[in-house]
Amino acid sequence: MKFVDEFRAPELIAKAGEEIRRLAVPKRHYRIMEVCGGHTHAIYRFGLKDLLPANVELIHGPGCPVCVLPMGRIDDGLALGAQAGFIFAAFGDMMRVPGTHGSPLEYKARGMDVRIVYSPADALKLARTNPEKHVMFFAIGFETTAPSTALTLMRAKAEGLHNFSVFCNHVTIIPAIRAILDSPDMRLDGFVGPGHVSTVIGCRPYEWIAEDEGKPVVVSGFEPLDILQSIVMLLRQLRKGEAKVENQYKRVVPWEGNRAALRAMAEVFELRPYFEWRGLGFISQSALKIRASYAEWDSEQRFSVPGVRVTDPKAAQCGEVLKGVLKPAQCKLFGCECTPEQPVGALMVSSEGSCAAYYNYDHRKPVTIASAASV
Amino acid sequence: MCLAIPGKIIELDQNAQMALVDVAGVRRKVDLRLLQDDPPVADDWVLIHVGFAMSKISEADAADQMQTLTMLGEAEAAMQEVSGYGLENDVQGESGKRWKQ
Repeated sequence: MKFVDEFRAPELIAKAGEEIRRLAVPKRHYRIMEVCGGHTHAIYRFGLKDLLPANVELIHGPGCPVCVLPMGRIDDGLALGAQAGFIFAAFGDMMRVPGTHGSPLEYKARGMDVRIVYSPADALKLARTNPEKHVMFFAIGFETTAPSTALTLMRAKAEGLHNFSVFCNHVTIIPAIRAILDSPDMRLDGFVGPGHVSTVIGCRPYEWIAEDEGKPVVVSGFEPLDILQSIVMLLRQLRKGEAKVENQYKRVVPWEGNRAALRAMAEVFELRPYFEWRGLGFISQSALKIRASYAEWDSEQRFSVPGVRVTDPKAAQCGEVLKGVLKPAQCKLFGCECTPEQPVGALMVSSEGSCAAYYNYDHRKPVTIASAASV
Repeated sequence: MCLAIPGKIIELDQNAQMALVDVAGVRRKVDLRLLQDDPPVADDWVLIHVGFAMSKISEADAADQMQTLTMLGEAEAAMQEVSGYGLENDVQGESGKRWKQ
């Protein structure tokens, strides 16, 4: 790898920082939520909040799929996967997420057949090569990964591969944003919209946020310059008293989304009446379930699921952090009982979780506009 | 899992549902069916999520994306992910063993 570790276009970064300072009205306090966990990671990693004036505050949103999954779903998935003759397959991100009786990795150490896969298609391949076993893929993710799970299920059905099923935990971003906007303790001025989710769903699904709620949304890329430009675009709208959806990430996100991906999702999934989110509680129509026409490949329709409900450890304040009410370091367990090495809550596990990002990067040397421009 | 990894299409399979892509020197098969409305051809650049190409991008954007992954400290995870894709022996593909690094 010969890529250099430095900001691209440092002079543009410095300019964007200046523009943010110019646009932010001093007597006003701006609360801008970045919905996507990838943005949260980038903001901490690049020290972007050091480039913002004190009255422009970034609130970290619920867009980390590992973090919003309630512990009961992990327990349910592990209970299914621990049955004799099962292979439990999941993305690496899931492996250290704690369930009541341990993480998938700890179950593996106790003898359960747990495999890391990098693609749902690889889980399907495991089923082909292990015909005597049942392979259960523990699917997580927003609309970025749901189409891949859908295509994998379509292939399983086409091949008539019956020793494969999906334990579906796919969630959708729009109802989560609605739940946050409905939350009485939350006041937000605008949203940095998710980049890769929008590659699939496009920009239209955000229009109600602008039209009905009067909050601007700017769909953003992940480079430091992308995120700062998106904040500039939001502040420009706020300054003019406008609220509309804009697309800063046009080089990747089409306004209409990816229709092939949406078709695949519509073929395989339907909305669940409700689904539990860690920290946000039950949100109606916020998750995907597998349609009856694919029941054979749905772990929940095919096998008996315990339906475990677990309250989070009392001392951990994952819910408040997830909603943006508390900063990670304000949680009582942060950095002592809960660390990336020994996580209590999922926000400390995933690199996209705000606690892990805060823990790993926030003690670094602050970035100033001058130092950003000089690297 | 949420990484978007840039890759260059080297060769399409016969039915154009899969392609061999090159990601920073590692060659793996990825699924192209999410791009069926605007199919890529050899030498096109794509962004890959969990083994599926999700969008076509320019070569310059691909380089920027790889740099972003590097800056985020995720380039290694991205290469590990790509190296881990085991789609070569997918029923759709011809024998892919010759591509294994």
